[in-house]
Formats: sequence, C-alpha cells, structure tokens
Amino acid sequence: MSGDDAMGDVAFRGTLGAFTLDVAFTFPMRGITALFGPSGCGKTTILRCMAGLQNLPGCLAIGRDIWQDSDRRTFLKPHRRPVGYVLQEASLFPHLSVRGNLRFGLRRSGKRESDHALRFDDVVALLGIGPLLGRGTATLSGGERQRVAIGRALLSQPQLLLMDEPLAALDSMTKDEIIPYLETLQKTLHMPMVYVSHDIAEVARLADRIVVLSNGRKIADGPVTTVWEKLDLQSAIDRAEAGVILAVRVVRHDTAFRLTYLDHHGQELAIPMVDRAPGSTLRIRILARDVSLAIERPSGISIRNVLAGIIRDIIEEPETAHAEVLIDLGGAVVRSSVTRASVAELNLAPGHAVFAMVKSIAFDKLSLNLGLAGPD
Amino acid sequence: MPLRPMFRLRPVLAAGIFIVLALSGRPGTALGGEVRAAVAANFSAAAKDIAGLFAKETGHKTVLSFGSTGQLYTQVTQGAPFDVFLAADRARPQKAVTEGFAVPDSRFTYATGRIVVYSRDAGRVDGEATLRAGKFTRLAIANPATAPYGSAAVETLRALGVYDALRGRIVQGNNIAQTFQFVDSGNAEVGFVALSQLAGISTGSKWVVPQNLHAVIAQDAVLLKRGARNEAARAFLQLLRGPQARAVMEKLGYGPGS
Amino acid sequence: MLEGSDIWPPVRLTLQLAATTTVVLLILGTPIAWWLARSRQRWKEGVAAVVALPLVLPPTVIGFYLLLALGPDGPGGWVAGLFGGRSLAFTFEGLVIGSVVYSMPFVVQPIRNAFEAFGDRPLEVAATLRATPWDRFWTVAVPLARPGFLTAAVLGFAHTVGEFGVVLMIGGNIPDETKVLSVAIYDYVETLQWAQAHILAVGMLVFSFLVIVAVMTVDRRLKRGGS
Repeated sequence: MSGDDAMGDVAFRGTLGAFTLDVAFTFPMRGITALFGPSGCGKTTILRCMAGLQNLPGCLAIGRDIWQDSDRRTFLKPHRRPVGYVLQEASLFPHLSVRGNLRFGLRRSGKRESDHALRFDDVVALLGIGPLLGRGTATLSGGERQRVAIGRALLSQPQLLLMDEPLAALDSMTKDEIIPYLETLQKTLHMPMVYVSHDIAEVARLADRIVVLSNGRKIADGPVTTVWEKLDLQSAIDRAEAGVILAVRVVRHDTAFRLTYLDHHGQELAIPMVDRAPGSTLRIRILARDVSLAIERPSGISIRNVLAGIIRDIIEEPETAHAEVLIDLGGAVVRSSVTRASVAELNLAPGHAVFAMVKSIAFDKLSLNLGLAGPD
Repeated sequence: MPLRPMFRLRPVLAAGIFIVLALSGRPGTALGGEVRAAVAANFSAAAKDIAGLFAKETGHKTVLSFGSTGQLYTQVTQGAPFDVFLAADRARPQKAVTEGFAVPDSRFTYATGRIVVYSRDAGRVDGEATLRAGKFTRLAIANPATAPYGSAAVETLRALGVYDALRGRIVQGNNIAQTFQFVDSGNAEVGFVALSQLAGISTGSKWVVPQNLHAVIAQDAVLLKRGARNEAARAFLQLLRGPQARAVMEKLGYGPGS
Repeated sequence: MLEGSDIWPPVRLTLQLAATTTVVLLILGTPIAWWLARSRQRWKEGVAAVVALPLVLPPTVIGFYLLLALGPDGPGGWVAGLFGGRSLAFTFEGLVIGSVVYSMPFVVQPIRNAFEAFGDRPLEVAATLRATPWDRFWTVAVPLARPGFLTAAVLGFAHTVGEFGVVLMIGGNIPDETKVLSVAIYDYVETLQWAQAHILAVGMLVFSFLVIVAVMTVDRRLKRGGS
C-alpha cells in the first residue's frame, strides 16, 4: 500500500452564517487524530463535512476514494460514505431496542455478514454490552448509551470512525469507564478515528496526532507531543489548562516511597509509582500552573522535581497579573505560569538560566498516557 | 376653588355627554318605534324592500333577522327578542300561537310561494314533459321534511305520477336557497326552486308549476308576545297585508296572501 | 320503539366516510407534513396557511367552493365525466373529497409537529449508518412520529364524523349515500323528532368525549416520551 492510500486528505473552505471555515490537513488512516480547540472553532463542522452531513466547498479524499471534490461537483451522499459517526449525545433510536440499534447499521452495511470485518458478537463482547441487548434505550445509563452508540457505528463496517466529543456529556467517572474501551478499540481493531474534543486530558491520553483549530483555522498539526511542546496554545486553550506533554522513559521504581523515576533528556523526574517496566516510554502532561521558577537551584523545599533550563520566551498578558514563561530543557519545552510581578523581581528574560520546579502531585492519573507509547 | 378650570371642563363634559347619548340612543327610540322581525330566509329580499317602504311611510325602523323557519322558531321559544315572525310555512306560526309565544288571532298568510322547475341550460326545461321524460341525472328539491317548497315539489311529482320513477335521482338541499345553488352551479341539471329566486334571472329555462299540482305554499306571519304592546309591530303587520307590500311581493315572484 | 332502519344507515355511512377520509388524509397529509417540517423554502408557510384555511373559514364558504369545484364547470365534473357522470357532488366520493379538504389541517398539523419534534439528529445518525432517504423516512421518521400519526388519525376521523356544513352543501341528503349522522340529527331536530335526535346526539357526545380523552392521552404520552 502506498503512503497516499493510507492517508486522509481534508480541505474545506466556506462560510456558515457569520462563521468562516478555512482548513486543510492530512491524517494517517491509522491511530487517533484529534481535532482540538475551544467550542466554536469549527471542529464539529469539519467532522460533519467529512460525514457528508454538511456541504462546504472543498475536497475530501480517504485513501484512494474521493468523497468530495467541489471543483468536479463530486459529493458523496452521507449514506454512501463508510464512516461511523458517534456524537456527544448518544442519539440512540428510542423506538428500537439496544439490539435493534446495533443491527440498524449492520443490516445496511452493504456487505454479506460473512464479509464483515467487525462481527456482531465480537463488537458486543469488546464493548461489554451483551447484557444490554434486550433492553430499551431509555433505561440505559449515560455510559451504556455511549458504548451502544459506538458499537452501532462500528457494526456499520466503517473505514473511519468520526467521534464528536463522545465523552463530553459524561461525568468523570463514566469517562474513566469509557476511555479503556476506546483504547482497546484502537489496539484491537486498528480502526482509524478522527476525534473531536476540547478536553486536553482526553486528547493527551488518546490521540496520536492533533490538529489544533481556532476560529475556523488550523493553528498547528502533527504528532501530539511535538505540537504540545512547540506551540503557543494560548489562543486555543484557557490558562488553567495550558501545559506541555513530555515523552519520558521509565528509569526505576522506588518501592519504599512508592515513586517512579523518569528520565527526560538526562534530567530526572519523580512521580507517584506507575505500573510500567523500566525502559518503557510514556507521556506525561505538565500544566503550566504547576510549574514554578527559581533563579538558583532551590534547597529545603518539598518539591522533588527540579529541572534546569534556559528561558526561551516570556509572554506577558498586559491586562492581567499573569505571564507565561517557556523554558527550554535541552530538547523539550515546559511552560510556567507566573505573575508579572515575579518576572520583574527575579529579572527574568529570554536567555537566562532558570530552574523549573514541578510538583510531583501534578502527574495525576488522567495526564498519564498509559495505553500508548509515544510516537517517537 | 379657582374658576377657570371649571369653565374649561364644561365643553369637554358637554361633548362627552353628547357622544354617549349619540351612541346609546337609537334614532328609532327618539323619532319613532322599532320592529324586530324574524324573517324566513327565502323572503329576505322582499322583506328588505318592505322595511324600506315601512320606514318611509311611518318613520319606524325595522331590524330584520333572517334564518330558516325552524331555527327562528327555536330562537323564539328560547326568548329571542323578536316582535313579529314571518315564517316560510303555516305550521310554525300556528305552533307559536298554541304554545303561547304569539298573540292569538294575529296569524295570517302574508304571501304564497310559487315553485318553478328550473335549469340553467337553455331549452332543457319544457313544461311538465321534462319531468315525464326524465332526461337528467339529478333533480334537486328542498328537503321536504323541513321546507314547504320541498314538500310542494314532492306533491307536484306525485301529481304527475313521476315521483317513484325519479325518486332515486333526487338530491335535497337543506333549504330552498341551497337547492337553487345546486341547480345554478350545474351540479343538478334541473330542480324545483322558488319563483322569487328567479326574479333577476333571464337565462336558462323554466316551467312555473301550476298551483293546482300542489298544496298552497302559504307563508304565515304572527305577532309575538314581545311585540304585543309595540305599536310599530302592529303597524308593520298592517303594512304587510296592504297593497303596497303586495305589489313588492308580486314583483319578486310571490303570490298574494289571504 | 325506534326503527333501526332509520337511525343506523347514517351511522354506518358516517363511519364509512370517516374511515375512508382518514386513510386518504394520512396518505396525502404525510408528504405535505414532511415537506412542511423539513423544507427550508421560504414560501412553505404560505402552503401551511393554505392547508390551515379550513380552520378559520366557515364550512359554508368551503362547501360553496367545493360545490363549484365538484360540478360540471370544475375539475370534479371533468373527473366525473370520465365515468359517465356529470358532477362529483351528491356522491360518496364527493363527500370524501370535501371531508379531506375540510379535515386536512387536523391531520397535517400533528404530523408536522411530530416530524419537527425529533429534529435533524436521528435522521443524520441514520444517514451515517447507510440508510437512504427513503429508508430513513420509513424506519426512523415514521416510527418516531407515531404519536403524531395517532393524534392525526383520531382527529381526522372525529372531525369528519362531526362535519356538517360542508356535507350539507355538497351532499344532497341522499339516504345511504350522503345522508350522514350530523345531517340526520339536523333533520330530526328540524322536524321535531327529538327522541331520535337525542339518541344520535347523545351518541355523538359520548363519541366526541372519548376522542378528546384519547387525543389527550396520546398527547401526554408524546410529551413524556419526547423528554
């Protein structure tokens, strides 16, 4: 298979009321590509265009198949596109049972049952929805509904799964219940997904690649770690969520104090112990608000992780007390959110050496990507 | 108390009182009497002419309410404010007397109706032969159970000995006005309508049914209890009997009353 | 006490007329309701207004124009001519046409509301599950709008049973063909046969009450199911 066959090629440019969308990106037909940005950035519109539910001028090629080419007046109707579409609200058909919902797409896949890549029993087992089959949709919990919706989409035998904030309507406990299913899906079915989200934690945990959107335009795209380290995401995300993702290697475990030591480009980090073998890689997320700065290596404090680096850039926000400092750790970059007063008192400036202090506690469960190794 | 505002108020008050009087006082109450008449719908054109005549002669005003005789009678029994009742039949005024809604002895036949076999197609109706030949699919008549014009039509058909033959082709209008619509719209080729309905029509073809073929279609009027003390009501009925009213009715296709 | 032969033919005829009319209304009204619910044409509210006209027009106006339309000068006469007739007035078929026009808003409105109530979402989901537009209509839209169809059928049926003015104007009061219940009651009242009138009128009263209860029940279920 050539490289092009395994790519999706997306380009849309058009106006919807006061909103203008103008994006172009490619994504591999494997793994999870996240469309990330605040609400109103156009990510859902892109997904709807890809499913054929909306027709904005542009082009869409999935592998060798052209789904849309406005210049040639090609536009595949939504029911002719082999996509599975999962929405924020499960949108199960209330007049059908769980089994009826699951079979709805299966019966219309246009393939004989023996040719199905995704068999009914397998999908039901994978998503753990066997006990629900005879139930009506009204009696399901939010998490159950979403699992059935995912199963229904899968059983229509799609080449591509489109997910529009599938977890956004769920509480955090239910999210934790669903995420492992998505990860399993990814590992066992190799189903490519385009995943729309505005939640950094979700994207960090699930996505391989990311397309960052703001105001209908693409700000950046690429592998998720690279994009996170390099990009000023200020316009895409609010301050509390700003941060970076670091690819790290597990060095050793300290069973007495229940800590795992990690290596990042020769610098050591400690986090609460995780169940990963020494030598394996994983991704961690460090929020800017959890990083403090010192101009000398501090001593006599409780913070365990102190990383030496050089200030690359300082972004001050004129109308507020805040400033964002980017620190080059010799390869990767971490972000620190400090007050503008601190910048002045410590005389911080690009090129100065500083020490970034990260609280261990900042490596919380959601920010760990347990399921997937980093792409590099 | 300062005087000036009072003077300004006075013309306003006067204007207000004048307006209230003008709105509430009907000309009739000041200048003459008023008659409220319940009139069978088929007589509406004639009733308007006669009311005009009445106003010119006496200065009294006539308020006309039209409806089917049955409906008007029901309204009378339920206390509707009518002084006189001009029905399309004999039965209802008679009933009004026996049931105590009308003044005894006030009942009289003010007009007699004439029925006509009519078609909007020129040449289709040619005397009674048309009914005997029966070359039509639908024959419209007024509902004989409720409308005197309808029962007269049935009597005519029986008298000619064609009722059984034509029975299956009869369609019934709820009243004589609707029957006329059936014929005039062409939905029924022929029908028994009232002569008065053809007053302004010169096209089509018709046969005025001789009165010996059916019982007289007598339209009776009666003075209702409410109008017993109303001089204007009595005057109206008086005029209705007189030669001027008779002339109006003759022009509009009614025969004379008793 | 009362000869059944007098009372029952109008009842039977009325039920027959209402049933036929309801079936025709559902067949004609559903595509109209669908178009009104889904179309983004600007003039669709004009069409909706035309459909709703019988709600405000007196039956005599509708009856009068129907009489002209069914007659030899109108399209009805042309159709009747194909079968050797002269006019569709005074026929059962003519009554069905009149009743369909007269009861149309009572059928279109509930179905349209039901189609609008579930929005675009379920249809879009069905499309992504490979359902063609025709398929989506039958397997998603119609089942989801079922309470609307139920209300529409009950209202259409009931409104036809209760219809009077239009039938009076285009029916011709022919026993077994166009003499329906409401006309029969009217005749009984007019001819002072109040006993017969009472029997039919009380029957209508009870029937109407049951219909309203049924519609309200369906409505409540629709609201509960929709939330």
